[in-house]
Amino acid sequence: MDVFLGLLGNVLQEGFTYAIMALGVYVTYSVLNFPDLSVDGTFPLGACVTGALILAGVNPWIACLVSFICGAAAGCVTGLIHVKLHITDLLSGILVMTALTSINLAVTNGSSMLAYYSKPTIFTSGHAKLLQGAAKNWSAVVIALICCIIVKLLLDMYFKTKSGLLLRAAGSNPQYVVSLGKNPGAMKIIGLMIGNGCTALSGSVLSQQSGSANIWSGTGMMVMALASVIIGVSLFGRFKLIHATFAVILGTIIYKACLVIAMQLGLPTNYLKMLMAVLFTIALVVNNIAPSAERRKKADAK
Amino acid sequence: MLNDSEQKKDALVEMRHIYKTFGRGTSSEVALFSDFSLSVRHGSFVSIIGSNGSGKTTLLNILCGSIAQDSGNVIIDGKNINSLSEFRRSRYIGRVFQNPAAGTCPQLTVLENLALADNKGKSFGLGKGIHKSRMDFYRSQLELLKMGLENKLNIPVSSLSGGQRQALALLICTMTPLKLLILDEHTAALDPKSSETVMELTDRAVHEKGLTTLMVTHNLKYALRFGDRLLMLHRGKIILDASGTEKSAMEIHDLTSRFDKISLEDGA
Repeated sequence: MDVFLGLLGNVLQEGFTYAIMALGVYVTYSVLNFPDLSVDGTFPLGACVTGALILAGVNPWIACLVSFICGAAAGCVTGLIHVKLHITDLLSGILVMTALTSINLAVTNGSSMLAYYSKPTIFTSGHAKLLQGAAKNWSAVVIALICCIIVKLLLDMYFKTKSGLLLRAAGSNPQYVVSLGKNPGAMKIIGLMIGNGCTALSGSVLSQQSGSANIWSGTGMMVMALASVIIGVSLFGRFKLIHATFAVILGTIIYKACLVIAMQLGLPTNYLKMLMAVLFTIALVVNNIAPSAERRKKADAK
Repeated sequence: MLNDSEQKKDALVEMRHIYKTFGRGTSSEVALFSDFSLSVRHGSFVSIIGSNGSGKTTLLNILCGSIAQDSGNVIIDGKNINSLSEFRRSRYIGRVFQNPAAGTCPQLTVLENLALADNKGKSFGLGKGIHKSRMDFYRSQLELLKMGLENKLNIPVSSLSGGQRQALALLICTMTPLKLLILDEHTAALDPKSSETVMELTDRAVHEKGLTTLMVTHNLKYALRFGDRLLMLHRGKIILDASGTEKSAMEIHDLTSRFDKISLEDGA
């Protein structure tokens, strides 16, 4: 039982953390229709910025905020490359992802790993201490959950604003944005800033859980986030009462649970990335099959 | 008879000495417009017909800024708009496309589409996207379309029929003040009944708001029935320009015989 609870805690803690990134990728991929590969670079960017700031004695919550801003700046660059230089969406992301490797090394002062085990993080300082008394084992889960819910609620609120509606319009039909006298390119840049800001924040939170920042932690993040989004939206998107952002969080937890279960069944760690890719492929295929099955059902009903 | 300068003062749209060549320097080079000029008066409703490749859509694209002319000037309401990008021109030029999917956002609901259109010309900041106080206005506008859309406010536009979407696109386009309305074969993708309805809605909107309108159409009946001026384009030139009584005296066979003559000249 303790093993099970331990695993559950692990799944939830990492699930809520990665869900922050998945929410960001939901904005770029699902809402904006932009497959953004720069997240593989902005995730470790968040981690490295956080590591460097915490080592310099900065408040860990401020480190989270600065990480978000750095991620948003990187997303802005991806957007500018795509919109102003007319480079395709995939290539713009790859360019920024590649360039960020150098930036991340600059942030960490050349080392591939920053360790700050003994420094205060959002999991060990401030309000976290209050939690540790009551539910010591679950405090990390609760803090990850709080971060994730804050991001979710902010996104939900944003989508209800004029700017949020226009962002959705830009993903749905850019010509419509043009006919409203607005530049769809500007909306793309805003969406990419939100998406990459969330990704960097996710990297920041994850890094604080382990007390270290690894510049190679970004590999496969795009695949993980997209799989989570697609699993969440295709499994729960059809229920009217479940908000898309909530579906994305559930999707991330399911995806994370699949990975943990596979590891528990004895899959060597080296095969983790392979498993991530396979799960993503399955999610894509199922997502392609499901709507056509639904259409068949509709046709039968007629 | 107005003299030249008075005519210019009265013109809302002026295209002066437009040149446009496609595929320059390739074997498929086509010089579509050379020294093309057109002037459209305030409040007039112009129907434009012509065979495929005659330059109708290119004419609209140059006006709206979706493509740039090689040289020449586009002037709207006395202001040269050559350097304005398409989205900036959209602030006073409204366009309804042939494809009903182009004028609305399929994933957004009818209400969300209307709320966005309602905010055209203002800033899209962090204020509330949908104002409940405007709901009655939206409903009353949708009722005028007589398509039952007033009961479908919360339905995504993608589940509406082509006719409903086009009627909605027309409403969205004309909801905020416009200088120029552009109709780009906007009934061509609709069935006969919906296309009749959309055409009537168009005519009503144009007259109620006194909009200056350019309508490209393949439907000769509509070209004759609606509007006060008729243009026929062929290979980037205006080969027929009829207005007033001259236009109202025209019949379909006058136009078809004109088309036949063109295709004979082309050796088709």
